[in-house]
Amino acid sequence: MSEQERRTEPYEIPEEMKSQVAVTTLDKIYNWGRSNSVWPMMFGLACCAIEMIATAASRYDFSRFGMEVMRPSPRQADVMIVSGTVTKKMIPTIVRLYNQMPEPKYVIAMGACACGGGPFKEGYTVVSGVDRFIPVDVYIVGCPPTPQSLLNGLITLQKKMEQESIATSRWYSKAPSQPIPIPVLGPDLMDPRKFDLIRQQSAAKKAAQTADGEVENE
Amino acid sequence: MSDLQTQTLVPQLDTIFPDWVRPDDRAGYQGYIVETEHLLAVAKALRDTYGYDLLSSVTGVDYLPEGKLEVVYHVFRTTGGPIFVYKVQVPRDNPVVPSLVPLYPGAELQEREAYDLLGIRFEGHPDLRRILTWEGFAGHPLRKDWHEPYFEEEAKPYKSRWPEGQVRRAEDLNPFADNVDYPAGFDPESLVPDADDTLYKTLFRVQQAQHPEIKTDAIVVNLGPQHPSTHGVFRMVALLEGEKILDLKPVMGYLHRNHEKIAERNTFLQNMPFTDRLDYIASMSNNFAYALAVEKLMGVQPPERAEYIRVIMAELTRIVSHFIAVGFLLNDLGAFFTPSLYGIKERELIVDIFEMVSGSRMMCNYFRFGGLARDMSPEAVQKTKELVNDRLPRKIDEFDRYLTENEIVRQRCEGVGVLTPEDAIALSATGPVLRASGVPYDVRRAEPYSIYDRFEFDVAYGLHGDIYDRYLVRMEEMRQSVRILKQALRDLPEGPIMTGKPAYQVRVPAGESYGRVEGPKGELGFYLVSNGKPNPWRYHVRAPTFINLTSLAPMSRGGKVADVVAILGSIDIVLGEVDR
Amino acid sequence: MNGKGILSGLLITLRHFVDTYLEDLKVGRKRYGTAEGIEMRRSSDTRGIFTIQYPEEKLPVPEEFRFVPFLVYDVKEDGEKAVRCTSCGICAKVCPPQCIWIERSVDAATGKPIPTPAEFFIDVDVCMNCGMCAEFCPFDAIRMDHDYEMASYDRHKHHILNKERLLKPASYYAEIRPTSYRREEAEKAAKEAAKAAARPPAGTAA
Repeated sequence: MSEQERRTEPYEIPEEMKSQVAVTTLDKIYNWGRSNSVWPMMFGLACCAIEMIATAASRYDFSRFGMEVMRPSPRQADVMIVSGTVTKKMIPTIVRLYNQMPEPKYVIAMGACACGGGPFKEGYTVVSGVDRFIPVDVYIVGCPPTPQSLLNGLITLQKKMEQESIATSRWYSKAPSQPIPIPVLGPDLMDPRKFDLIRQQSAAKKAAQTADGEVENE
Repeated sequence: MSDLQTQTLVPQLDTIFPDWVRPDDRAGYQGYIVETEHLLAVAKALRDTYGYDLLSSVTGVDYLPEGKLEVVYHVFRTTGGPIFVYKVQVPRDNPVVPSLVPLYPGAELQEREAYDLLGIRFEGHPDLRRILTWEGFAGHPLRKDWHEPYFEEEAKPYKSRWPEGQVRRAEDLNPFADNVDYPAGFDPESLVPDADDTLYKTLFRVQQAQHPEIKTDAIVVNLGPQHPSTHGVFRMVALLEGEKILDLKPVMGYLHRNHEKIAERNTFLQNMPFTDRLDYIASMSNNFAYALAVEKLMGVQPPERAEYIRVIMAELTRIVSHFIAVGFLLNDLGAFFTPSLYGIKERELIVDIFEMVSGSRMMCNYFRFGGLARDMSPEAVQKTKELVNDRLPRKIDEFDRYLTENEIVRQRCEGVGVLTPEDAIALSATGPVLRASGVPYDVRRAEPYSIYDRFEFDVAYGLHGDIYDRYLVRMEEMRQSVRILKQALRDLPEGPIMTGKPAYQVRVPAGESYGRVEGPKGELGFYLVSNGKPNPWRYHVRAPTFINLTSLAPMSRGGKVADVVAILGSIDIVLGEVDR
Repeated sequence: MNGKGILSGLLITLRHFVDTYLEDLKVGRKRYGTAEGIEMRRSSDTRGIFTIQYPEEKLPVPEEFRFVPFLVYDVKEDGEKAVRCTSCGICAKVCPPQCIWIERSVDAATGKPIPTPAEFFIDVDVCMNCGMCAEFCPFDAIRMDHDYEMASYDRHKHHILNKERLLKPASYYAEIRPTSYRREEAEKAAKEAAKAAARPPAGTAA
């Protein structure tokens, strides 16, 4: 069993290594503190942002969960609530904001649009879900989700955080985390990770067109 | 003819300019078709001689079968009366139209939109760039032969859904497994992205014109698209000299969700829930305008009770929207969150009513052609009465006491962001922005729709055209809305709420129509063209805040950076509507 | 006087704060954690604190509230599920973002369609909760759910709802929408009665 594997299973520790149990306890305390002080980024995209504001306002008041400190700057935020339709013009900014957030960082996709494109999915400038570019931790269904379902999503996120371990979380590993390449706006949105595919497909398309043209000419 | 007559009668353009203008005699169409080369002369005469001083809407229609692009202009008089339509037609392969910006500066953003989405080039436009998509975008998406990457069929309902509906996500069919498409033979590495150079150049030109001899250290500052003061994903590029704004460009399209393209695939009824998502704070009034436009085409009239409920919902929406607008304006002024929390508290109580009546807090989807989706229950009426008769007047007064005399509010708002009445009209501002400048124009009065002619209310207006007056106009409008609500709730009759049977397929005769309402943020209009099929051929939204943004730059020039934030707050934009 | 406006504003804020305690004293224990207390806080003369302590307290949703659709089935006497849907396809046709997929059942022997769905999918990542499907369903088979607590960790697994996931018993429907349920049942009963009256007495037809 490699070092890495042993660490992912803290409960199957041999008798002589019982001292390791301290790690899980530390996890608990650490996560308890972390999950009750999640600072969201003040970042509204569309309709869902209004419900997010309503959740922050007096009736639903998410400061009861230690989340009232909405930060306009990504540098001070723990969670990005992607509240609304993600468009191709906006996604470079969103990726940049995500890259600028300090780790550990979480993303909540709020509403149908952020989850998977939503009712506007078929549109020509709508991204089919923010998880095509940045990793999403919690998805909240609804169009728009009511404030109570957003709170439910935030509690779901807290649960996820409570299950994480300091030993295995990617942000505490030695290797520096890689920023996500920022998409480029060309004739359409281009993901730098897919440049090869774009070139292949466009070449294939051109070949098909010339073949068609030749058939027509004959 | 006397001056008064020319200023009040509807001009017969074809008799005045027999060589240049012909009436639009297509079945179901109104207005006149003007020869392209004489457009400016006719428009000038309409503005100066016949008093059509406000250019409401400019949009294009792609008549693919005829090979023509048509530009449609809607103008009205700020003294009241119906809207006047004229059009020009240009060939599809070379669509060049003289720009109306020299006559009506308010056409600027709208012409840019028509250029962006339909590829119509406006000659003489000072800054013809793409507006909702980005520089370098391939094609003009609202053209009928332009297909989006997830294109399935020309019109809904799609055949793949039933009876052999095999579920699959749209991206599974796309070669890139995503919502993208590239021109044939495109090489991504060869592309040099525009990186806003074109945008910044438009600013520097202004700078050089102002200071040709001195070397100034003007700097460009970007506010947004992610900025707490921009009310969403809106961006302002400001050219600063110290704290002073030399020039400012609004940049939008960060929430462009292709509302119009999707709507032209949808059936008429399917568009109703989409309109909710335009101005998402005021969904009922979007429903209202769209229902009016389609009802005009269909020639149906909703029953009495439905009319009253419509007015009740529209006015409640106005109160919600103004509470939010005032609250967030104060946010922008630095009163961080408390006023908006009080505003949102009242909103919560009103959205409870929306939820009871329509089933959703925000996306009401409540209006149908010829009526309403469902009746308002007696409990909902009772709750509304309690709110309107007791709580709302009290709370508006409290807001008033809380903010109106506040010294900081007055210092920050009085005399800032002034828009003169002449400028407001020229820049096509509508709604509270226009009225605060001293032009008491309200569609509910100027061209009463639905049953607004039965209610007693005053049109709120300001005199100074500054931020403070815009704030006061909104406060007064809330009071007037309460007044209308009291009357409507008092007179609410019993009866049916729908003319005819509710049907999921509606027959809309061919023709065009323009339905407009006084939305909370200005004149909200829907321009529809139907060709008798179940789907609209053209569906255009005259979004009030989009057009009100034309006046942002003139209001901000010469001001300080901190003022711009407040000026933007006083226009009260909603990005869902600006970008559509 | 300069500063008076600011002071009066601060007094209003203070008033809101004090009201909470006054109201607490006046109403007592039942102000929090009871249905009556929640109702009081959402009424038009609510004063002081306005917060609903989700998840301990939940703001009840009105009957018309709509979230994601579900399919209604009746339970037959022998305990079998009778799906009301006849796969007529109206919901799929009227759906504005086209998020409903219906596969019609086909009789294996004859190849003719049977009026029941073989499969029924709703992609909740596209659904706009507009309620059009429920509004125009002629068989009262698809209705809007009240369950809004649907947050998940993985959309690819959980966000396309299939028939099995969508089916809920009519008793559940009666529970969340009692008025609509009663009205529809009454309409159905009336229709049945009219049919029975129109039909010639049994036995004579043959």
